[in-house]
Amino acid sequence: MAKRLLSWNDLKTLQKELTKNINPKSRWIAICEGTGCRVYGCLDVSKALEQELQKQGLNNVKIMHTGCHGFCERGTLMVIHPEGIFYSRVKPEDVVEIVEKTIKNNQVIERLVYVDPQTSKKIPYEKDIPFYKFQKRMLLGQNQKISPTSINDYIAIGGYQALAKVLFEMTPEQVISEVKTAGLRGRGGGGFAAARKWESSRKASGEPKYIICNADEGDPGAYMDRSVVEGNPHSVIEGMIIGAYAVGSSDGYIYIRHEYPLALHHITEAIKQAHEYGLLGENILGSKFTFDIKISRGGGAFVAGESSALMQSIEGRVAEPRAKYVHMAEHGLYNKPTVLNNVETWANVPLIINMGSAAYGKIGTENSKGTKIFSLVGKINNTGLVEVPMGVTLKQIIYDIGGGIKQGKKFKAVQTGGPSGGVLPADKLDLAVDFDRLTEAGSMMGSGGMIVMDEDNCMVDVAKYFIGFLQEESCGKCVPCREGLKRMFEILNKITDGKGEESDMQTLDDLSQLLNDGSLCGLGNTAQNPVLSTIKYFRDEYEVHIRDKKCPAKVCKALIRYQINKDKCTGCYLCFKNCPSNAITGQIKQKHEIHQDKCIKCGICYDVCKFDAVTKE
Amino acid sequence: MDLTKVDKILTNHKNDKAMLVAILQDVQDEFRYLPKEVLNHISKSLNIPLPEIYDVSTFYKAFSLKPRGKHICSICMGTACHVRGAPVILETAKTHLKIEPGQNTPNMQYTLNTVNCVGACAVGPVIQVDGSLYGNLTSMKTIQLLKKFEKD
Ligand SMILES: Cc1cc2nc3c(=O)[nH]c(=O)nc-3n(C[C@H](O)[C@H](O)[C@H](O)COP(=O)(O)O)c2cc1C
Ligand code: FES
Repeated sequence: MAKRLLSWNDLKTLQKELTKNINPKSRWIAICEGTGCRVYGCLDVSKALEQELQKQGLNNVKIMHTGCHGFCERGTLMVIHPEGIFYSRVKPEDVVEIVEKTIKNNQVIERLVYVDPQTSKKIPYEKDIPFYKFQKRMLLGQNQKISPTSINDYIAIGGYQALAKVLFEMTPEQVISEVKTAGLRGRGGGGFAAARKWESSRKASGEPKYIICNADEGDPGAYMDRSVVEGNPHSVIEGMIIGAYAVGSSDGYIYIRHEYPLALHHITEAIKQAHEYGLLGENILGSKFTFDIKISRGGGAFVAGESSALMQSIEGRVAEPRAKYVHMAEHGLYNKPTVLNNVETWANVPLIINMGSAAYGKIGTENSKGTKIFSLVGKINNTGLVEVPMGVTLKQIIYDIGGGIKQGKKFKAVQTGGPSGGVLPADKLDLAVDFDRLTEAGSMMGSGGMIVMDEDNCMVDVAKYFIGFLQEESCGKCVPCREGLKRMFEILNKITDGKGEESDMQTLDDLSQLLNDGSLCGLGNTAQNPVLSTIKYFRDEYEVHIRDKKCPAKVCKALIRYQINKDKCTGCYLCFKNCPSNAITGQIKQKHEIHQDKCIKCGICYDVCKFDAVTKE
Repeated sequence: MDLTKVDKILTNHKNDKAMLVAILQDVQDEFRYLPKEVLNHISKSLNIPLPEIYDVSTFYKAFSLKPRGKHICSICMGTACHVRGAPVILETAKTHLKIEPGQNTPNMQYTLNTVNCVGACAVGPVIQVDGSLYGNLTSMKTIQLLKKFEKD
């Protein structure tokens, strides 16, 4: 059992203790064990490395099993310190060579070095790689220095010092004022000023007051919150304790998505450790302040991420939102004053206290301060998580950091803001990314999903995708959302099936208006964005679907067909053998044929044909 | 059916009605689905009307009221996976297993599900089989993956 820390001094002593033996020249290896790298088998690499180091008697080389580094495209990632040599796509087979050459003899292994796709140059050091170089990794940067299951690692890099400073040097009002001056806006979607919520809750009457962290991360295609909770759970906990002190709350909840088992495991472990050190529970760090955090698991409903619905869910009920005129700050969880903030919002709080609001306020744009983490995914070369100061342009994110579009294809659009957001076309690439600019352009910052699409993506299909998602996730409490989304989905299905009519565009427009005006919560209020933004920027594409019954991007299943070019087919049997729906007939050495009634358009024949005999049109 | 396990779960949550969602989650972790007898038992023990329990257990996607196969295969239909071809992957899996999402194969080897993002968006399209993630899928790789779990 760890020793309880009974004062700020105890914390300082512990930090000194933990760092005194660290020699800046000593060797240590950071291995990314985030979700992306796990898909690439990083745990096998870790195991192989541990065994090899032991075999070679290199017991003084420390392995740091960290959370997500962000460059998920290149997993498994390994960074060798003190030089900061960056190896990617590391396999267990590479480990013996890494230990022999790099660890023992300081040689760089060319084969594992990152090659910049733009310049074809080899870049051995992490700090020089464009993906990292153009970011400002105030939050994510910490992931690479600590093991998420070790509170000592977090304390060693200065963790919980912000909390101590708040407890012993600041009044709750000063904390709120500091967060207000820093200009912290919520990272969960709406961009609401954090300090304003805290202030109303502090002033509201009713006990106990609650603090909630929203780790439901419902935006499909985004995983920033996952990586923060998984990679640095203590930063979220520290932020929440500071918030609780400011608001005057003793009870906290973390509402976490059930699809994130690793994040759940790490946060559970972190709460336990914080308890043992006396950083949670009664008389935190020997002060008079008491606060505790419980975990509540989500049940797999998108609408449960909405603030009032989330509170219903914590209370053990169906997650249906309430009308907006009821303010959570006064009447939230169990009808008591409640402050709900997103994971990333909470993780920013210790940063603000540590660097001071003035320094923090220098980062970002006039009304959007600090950095934002984006999940840069889709048809982009460097997929992963990127953290940038607010105000950088989409172009900088997609091209300088993201390395441009996969396979040299043409950029078509980027979708931001999840199901509440919209698509932005190429001529919006110079847009500065902050809360207000994105909303003006018909999209939204949202929680930070940024899905890049190329010429092979159909914009009608994208609109249909989001409306399909939302109509399934609508809780059904209010009519405009429940019925309106269904009708919109039917119309979009009609269009992608080649049965669209000219009048459909107007109906979509009318329904959008209705949803916006009449829905109870943000799910329905903003559901028009994916439709209206695709119509605004890609009207042509809708028209081709409706008028010519064609899908220019060749996505919509009913409007495409695979065929075999008889002149090129050699009768090799390969497509026949692999077709999962038995849609291909023919004998070996004879021309094959695809039967459209059976074809499910999976594209396997197209992929396996060695003679380019299968065409898609 | 071993209801003592259910009683233990209820005790862990102090027989608190407000913990219903958490209780059902623990039940599902234990039995892999929510058996009817168990829901009846919870209704009586906590004095919650049965329709209310069904309301909650049908609202959240995580719950299943039917027994599930030996392997649970969830295909990610999140946006990042969608733009990289998830619908085609789903179609392939459906055709290969000859079932629709939400159904089990007749031999109870597989349950096919869809999920909206598992947070591995950078390596999409993604399939989750029994909690492990497989990324960068194509139709071919999907069939190979499904075949792997067909026998064990
Ligand atoms: C349908 C719907 C789903 C939402 N899902 C999430 C979510 O998954 N995570 C999140 O942080 N906020 C989500 N929000 C926003 C929350 O309602 C709330 O504004 C936010 O968590 C507040 O935190 P912030 O001020 O720190 O951003 C959602 C909103 C709506 C309308
Ligand atoms: S969209 Fe499939 S993992 Fe996120």
